[in-house]
Amino acid sequence: MQIDCDVHPGLEGTRTTLLPYLDDHWKEQVVSRAIDGLDLQSYPPSMPLCCRPDWRPKKGKPGSDFEQFKAQALDGFGSQIAICNVLYGAQAVHDPYMALGFCRAINDWIAAEWLSRDPRFRASIVIPLQAPDLAIEEIERLANDHRFVSILVLAQGEDLLGRRQYWPIYKVAERHNLPLAIHAGSQYRMAPSSIGWPSYRYEYYLAESQAFQSQLLSLILEGVFGKFPKLKVVLMESGVSWLPAFMWRANKTWKGVRVEVPWVERPPADIMRDHVRLTTQPFDSPPDRAGVEQLIEQIGSDKMLLFSTDYPHWQFDGEEPVPPHIPASIAKRMCADNPLETFPRLQTTA
Amino acid sequence: MTRHVAAKTSDIPPGGNKVVTVGGREIVIFHVNGEFFALLNRCPHEGAPLSHAACVAHLSSSEPGEFKRSRIGELLRCPWHGWEFDMRTGQSYFDPVHTKARSYPVIITPGGELAEGPYVAETFPVTVDESYVLVDV
Amino acid sequence: MTDVLDRTDDRTAPQKDARTRLKIIDCDIHPSLRSVDDLNAFLPKRWQEHLKTFGSHIRNPFTSTTPYPRSSPLLSRRDSWPPTGGRPGSDLAFMQKQHLDPFDVEFGILQVLDLGVLSQVNLEFGAALQHAINEWQYEFFARPDPRLKPSILVGQDDPVAAVAEIERCAALGRHVQINIAPRANEPLGRRKYWPIYAAAEAAGLPIGMHTGGYGGHAPTSSGWPSFYNEEHHSNAHSMAAMLSSIVIEGVPERFPKLKFVVIEGGFGWVPAITWRMDQHFERFRSEVPHLKRKPSDYVRESFWFSTQPSEEPDNAKHLRSVLEWIGIDRLLFASDYPHWDFDDPRFAFKTPLTEAERKQLFNSNARAVYKFD
Repeated sequence: MQIDCDVHPGLEGTRTTLLPYLDDHWKEQVVSRAIDGLDLQSYPPSMPLCCRPDWRPKKGKPGSDFEQFKAQALDGFGSQIAICNVLYGAQAVHDPYMALGFCRAINDWIAAEWLSRDPRFRASIVIPLQAPDLAIEEIERLANDHRFVSILVLAQGEDLLGRRQYWPIYKVAERHNLPLAIHAGSQYRMAPSSIGWPSYRYEYYLAESQAFQSQLLSLILEGVFGKFPKLKVVLMESGVSWLPAFMWRANKTWKGVRVEVPWVERPPADIMRDHVRLTTQPFDSPPDRAGVEQLIEQIGSDKMLLFSTDYPHWQFDGEEPVPPHIPASIAKRMCADNPLETFPRLQTTA
Repeated sequence: MTRHVAAKTSDIPPGGNKVVTVGGREIVIFHVNGEFFALLNRCPHEGAPLSHAACVAHLSSSEPGEFKRSRIGELLRCPWHGWEFDMRTGQSYFDPVHTKARSYPVIITPGGELAEGPYVAETFPVTVDESYVLVDV
Repeated sequence: MTDVLDRTDDRTAPQKDARTRLKIIDCDIHPSLRSVDDLNAFLPKRWQEHLKTFGSHIRNPFTSTTPYPRSSPLLSRRDSWPPTGGRPGSDLAFMQKQHLDPFDVEFGILQVLDLGVLSQVNLEFGAALQHAINEWQYEFFARPDPRLKPSILVGQDDPVAAVAEIERCAALGRHVQINIAPRANEPLGRRKYWPIYAAAEAAGLPIGMHTGGYGGHAPTSSGWPSFYNEEHHSNAHSMAAMLSSIVIEGVPERFPKLKFVVIEGGFGWVPAITWRMDQHFERFRSEVPHLKRKPSDYVRESFWFSTQPSEEPDNAKHLRSVLEWIGIDRLLFASDYPHWDFDDPRFAFKTPLTEAERKQLFNSNARAVYKFD
C-alpha cells in the first residue's frame, strides 16, 4: 500500500472555485469588492517549483485539473490514498471572520469536488489561526467527516505554534485524532528569518527549513506534547536532512538551560521521535548513498518519515518519488505503516 | 579507598564549599541543609570546576508554568554549560544513569576520635574541639 | 595536555591519544570593557557625553540587559570573573592565566560584543563607538599581549562609515578581520552591503560574522519565542539564512577572493543548508542567473566555520560524518572564552581525529585564513 501524504489540489480563485461554497455575506463581499487572488506569495502559480512542467494543466492553476491530477498523482505513482493540503491564502488574511469564511469554503469545496469524487482522496482541515476559537469551530464542524485526517497550518505565521493561545486547538485536535500538519508557506507577517527580507524567492524557499525548526522547538519547549500526549505533528515539505543536527542542538541546549522549561522531562530528540513526522519531498539529500544512510542512522527512528510526492510541486524529475538511496526498510515503512500510524483517521472508512 | 581528613566543618559555611586536594584528587566539599557532600571538582562534560557551580533547587514540573522546588541548594548547575548534578549522588538530572559527577562518601567526625587514627590527615593539625569532614577516596 | 579525568563514560577516550602539545589558534575570544571610561582616550568628547547620557540604543526593550536572560550572569562561565574585580574578559592578566597560557594559545582572535556596538540605531554614534573599540582592543589587549589579534568592527548598516573605518584600520595593519553582525537590517548578501565586501577584498582581510546583532527582526519567522533556549538555538538558523543570502545574492561570485568566517554559529547545520541550496538550484536558477556555479561550490571555497558551540551527538561517528561533510579544512577551533557555552579544546570534539586533522582544526586552517606568517 502507498499513501501520499502531501498533494496540492489547485483552485482558480475565490470568485470562481470558492464562490458556491461561501455563505451569502461572503459571496456578496467577494463579488462586490472583487476579493480574489489569494494565491500565497510563497507559491506563485507560475514559478517553476510550483508545477513540474509535465504536470502543468493545459489551462488553469497547477493541480486544478481533477482528471489530470488523478491520472498523474494517484494512478501514475500507484498511490491508494493521497492527502490533499490546499495552499490557498485563506489563512493569511487579517480579518479573522473572513479567514474563517474562506477556510470553510475551501474545506467544503475539497470535500464536495475532491473527496466525494474519488474515495482515494483525504484532506487536511484548513483553519484560521488568527482566532483560535474560530479555528476550533471549524474543526468541530468537520470532525465527524473522517475523510479529513489532519489540521493544516503554515510554517510561518503570526506567532510560534507552541504558544499558549493555540493550546485549545491542540486539545480538540488530539480528541479527534487529528495530527497538526505544518506545511511550508508563510503568512508574510514578518521576515522569513531573523536576518530580514531576502531578495530572491529562492532564499525564501530555503528559509522554510529554519521556520520548521523554530516551530518544532516552540512546540517542544512550551510543553505541548506533555499536555497533549496523543498529539502528533507532521512537517510537510520541510526538507528532511536538517533534522539530526537540529536534534543534537536541541538536546544540548536543553541540558544546559532546562531550568527554563522543567516540564520538558526528557530530551527533545526523544520527544521528536515519538511525536513528529516529516514528509519526504523534498529530502535535501546528502550527495551519495553513504551520506543518506548515515543521515537515516542519525535520525535514529524508522517511524518518522512519510511518503509524499508533493504533487504538482516540482521536487524531482522522473517517476521515482522516493528520494535516492533511502534504505529499503525505511522506504517500506514510510509508504504505509508510518502514515497509518500518524493519521489514525485513515483507518476508518469515509 | 582510603579515608582522608579533608577539612574542618567550620571551614565551610552553610551554602558554601571548599576545594581540597585529597588522595591526589581535587575534591570540592559542599555544606548545604546541614549536610556535607564531596564531589570530584570536575564536571564530567568538559572538566569545569564544580566549586563554581550555582547551587540551586531541585526543579521539576508536571505542567507548563509549574515550578516545583525541593531540596533547595542541593542541585549544582555546572558553571560552564549549566548541566544539573545532584550534590548528594553526583547524578546528572537529565541522565542519572550514564552521566554523573564523581561523588565520594563523607563522614563527619569529632576531632577527639581522629586522634586515634588510621586516617590520613591533610595539611592542618587535628584538634579535639573541632569536627572534621572525612572523605573516602 | 590532557589530564586523566575521572569520567563515568568513555566518550572522551579518544582524546587521551593526543601526545603532542599543540599550539592553538582560538578564533573567538571575548574581551570586555572594564569601564566605558576606558574608551575615553579614543572617543571624542561629544560622544563621551552622548554615551553617558543618551547611551547605547539598540532594538532591545531594556537598557541594561537582554530580554532573553542568559544561562548565567553576563553570559559567562561562573569561574571566569577576575579575582581583582571587573567583568569576565575585562582583565588581561586573568585571561592569560585562566585561558591563554594553560591552553598554549598561539593566537587568539578578539570578538567584541560590548555595547551592542554593531547595532546602534544612531549610526553616527555607532561609528564613533566602533572606531573607539577598534583602538581599545589594540591598546588594552593586543599590544600588551601580541598573541591577541583585534578585529575591525564596523556597523554594517552604514556602509559608507564602515568602508571608511575599514580603510583606516587596514592601513594600520594590526587587525586580522572585519566584523559585521549577521542580524543586520537586511540579509548580509544584499547589495547595500557590497561596498563593505569590496573594501574587505581590497584590504585582503576576511569578513567575520559573529553571532549577534539586533537588526530589527524577530529571532524566528513566526515571531518572538518565549525562552532563551529558543533564542540561543535561533542563532544557528540566523547563520544558515545568512549563508544562503551571501551565496545566493552572488557575493562570492562577485568577490571570489573574499573569505567569510562564520563565528559562534556552531556547524552542525552547515551540510543540510548546503544540500538544500543545491537541491533547489535548478528550479530557481533562472531567478539567479548571476550564479555561475553550484551553491555548494561557493560554500566550499569562500566559507569557514568556527567550531563553537560544538555539536554533541551521542554517537562519535555522527560527529565525524559532519566534520567530513563540511570538510575538516573549513573548520576553525574557537573557545568562546569566557562565555558559558565555552568549548574546552581538550574535550570539545568527542570523536577521533588524526594528528594531522587536529593540527588543521586547532591551528593550520586558521593560520591560512588569517595569514599568520
